[in-house]
Amino acid sequence: MEFLASIGRVFFAFLGATGRLALFTVSTLSHAFRPPIYARLIGRQIIDIGYYSLPVVGLTAIFTGMVLTLQTHTGFSRFAAESAIPNVVVLSMTRELGPVIAGLMVAGRIGAAIAAELGTMRVTDQIDALSTLSTNPYKYLVVPRVVAGIITLPILVLIADIIGIFGGYLVGTYKLGYNPSAFLQHCADALQARDWISGLIKAAVFGFIITLMGCYHGYHSKGGAQGVGAATTYAVVSGSIMILLFNYILTALLFSE
Amino acid sequence: MSQQPKISVRGLKKSFGSKVVLDGIDLDVGVGESVVVIGGSGTGKSVMVKCIIGLMEPDSGSIKIDGEEVTGRTRSDRERLMQKFGMLFQGSALFDSLRVWQNVAFGLIQGRGMEAAAAKEVAIHTLGAVGLGPEIGELWPAELSGGMQKRVGLARAIAAKPEIIIFDEPTTGLDPIMGDVINDLIIKCVRDLGATAVSITHDMASAHKIADRIAMIYKGRIIWEGPAKTIDQSGNPYVDQFIHGRGQGPIQMEVRAL
Repeated sequence: MEFLASIGRVFFAFLGATGRLALFTVSTLSHAFRPPIYARLIGRQIIDIGYYSLPVVGLTAIFTGMVLTLQTHTGFSRFAAESAIPNVVVLSMTRELGPVIAGLMVAGRIGAAIAAELGTMRVTDQIDALSTLSTNPYKYLVVPRVVAGIITLPILVLIADIIGIFGGYLVGTYKLGYNPSAFLQHCADALQARDWISGLIKAAVFGFIITLMGCYHGYHSKGGAQGVGAATTYAVVSGSIMILLFNYILTALLFSE
Repeated sequence: MSQQPKISVRGLKKSFGSKVVLDGIDLDVGVGESVVVIGGSGTGKSVMVKCIIGLMEPDSGSIKIDGEEVTGRTRSDRERLMQKFGMLFQGSALFDSLRVWQNVAFGLIQGRGMEAAAAKEVAIHTLGAVGLGPEIGELWPAELSGGMQKRVGLARAIAAKPEIIIFDEPTTGLDPIMGDVINDLIIKCVRDLGATAVSITHDMASAHKIADRIAMIYKGRIIWEGPAKTIDQSGNPYVDQFIHGRGQGPIQMEVRAL
């Protein structure tokens, strides 16, 4: 019986956490559309989330594109299908790897930073202090981050797509001896609007997930330094898992024929 | 009391899980009065003031501010009521991403929509009232000592001229001299603003100095209250033990043998 009780406890804790997260999401969304809107805070978050993530996203994208070309070449040359390589690189980058890799990198970089900042503000009473100064913490802290995440991630992913394909082009032309203009022509032929647009839709959803999980865990952290550390871990882990989960769901929805 | 009390608390209860923290608090605070709530750690002092100011919703009971019931109100009502309050937090709770003057002006700019330039003037003026020069306003909170942070926190709490000011352990963690400076500032600010003050502390020197009336909280209830001058003759063994800081008495710390 002890065993069953412990399963029950875990299950109820899970339901409770899901409910709290749902309430948090609803509060955030409802505050996002009601004034006051802190435009300047949104701008600062866009710079934090977007501009300062460019190096890490760019580097991961270029190496991903390069290794993708190399591996595809290894596989496809067995079937003498090298001409399909640009096709594979373009589709993989824009549909899957661009959004997912940028999402995961930003989850690590930004999700953790948001959770740590809000968590520290929580345990040092700064969030309560906001309330006592007639400022709604959802509007002042959560909404600007979430809005900035939704706006910024698609832009980051667009850049990651371009850099990733460029990485593929570098390996394809310099290492594998492709004709540069033929490679680019193949890329352009392969790319359809729905490929990269679906990637950007995913990116917007991932931006929402990353910032929401960072804010949620930071906002609800408790118990000093250890609590803030735990909040940071939860934010990154839950953000990353939800990115992969929603990546599947969105792929199934967007490409259901 | 013929006048309507500024704050009137009746039967306030709050539990966290199975732990009962507040078990029926009754407390009245008159207009312009300074009430200090004393009590040991973990007796529910902080939870009580958080319920009064609206940072926490009590399980049951009534809290009236100027005769208006504040429990169970919507968030926008709460935000309106919050404008009557200022609070000095135990750890000062300054926003470390903002400069000192921006901290002090925060409630004016964000809460009341004042222009930044005008709010900065008020902030510098308020900093002066707590004995800090204008050059301090340009520093970051992390560059200040604990006592200065407390004074900035005090300036932030009073900048918008609140009707009620809550002081959460204002002297904890300060040396006795700085503690006394803070006490003097609290008395001065409360008097200048004509504000009502609720303080919680376990520092008896501070309580004696800033209180018109003292209430003692024990196990989630007010067990004694009366004018500050009479606390030494309360005749209540719990109060006597607390104000004299004795380990022996009716308040027992559960200690097991090694």
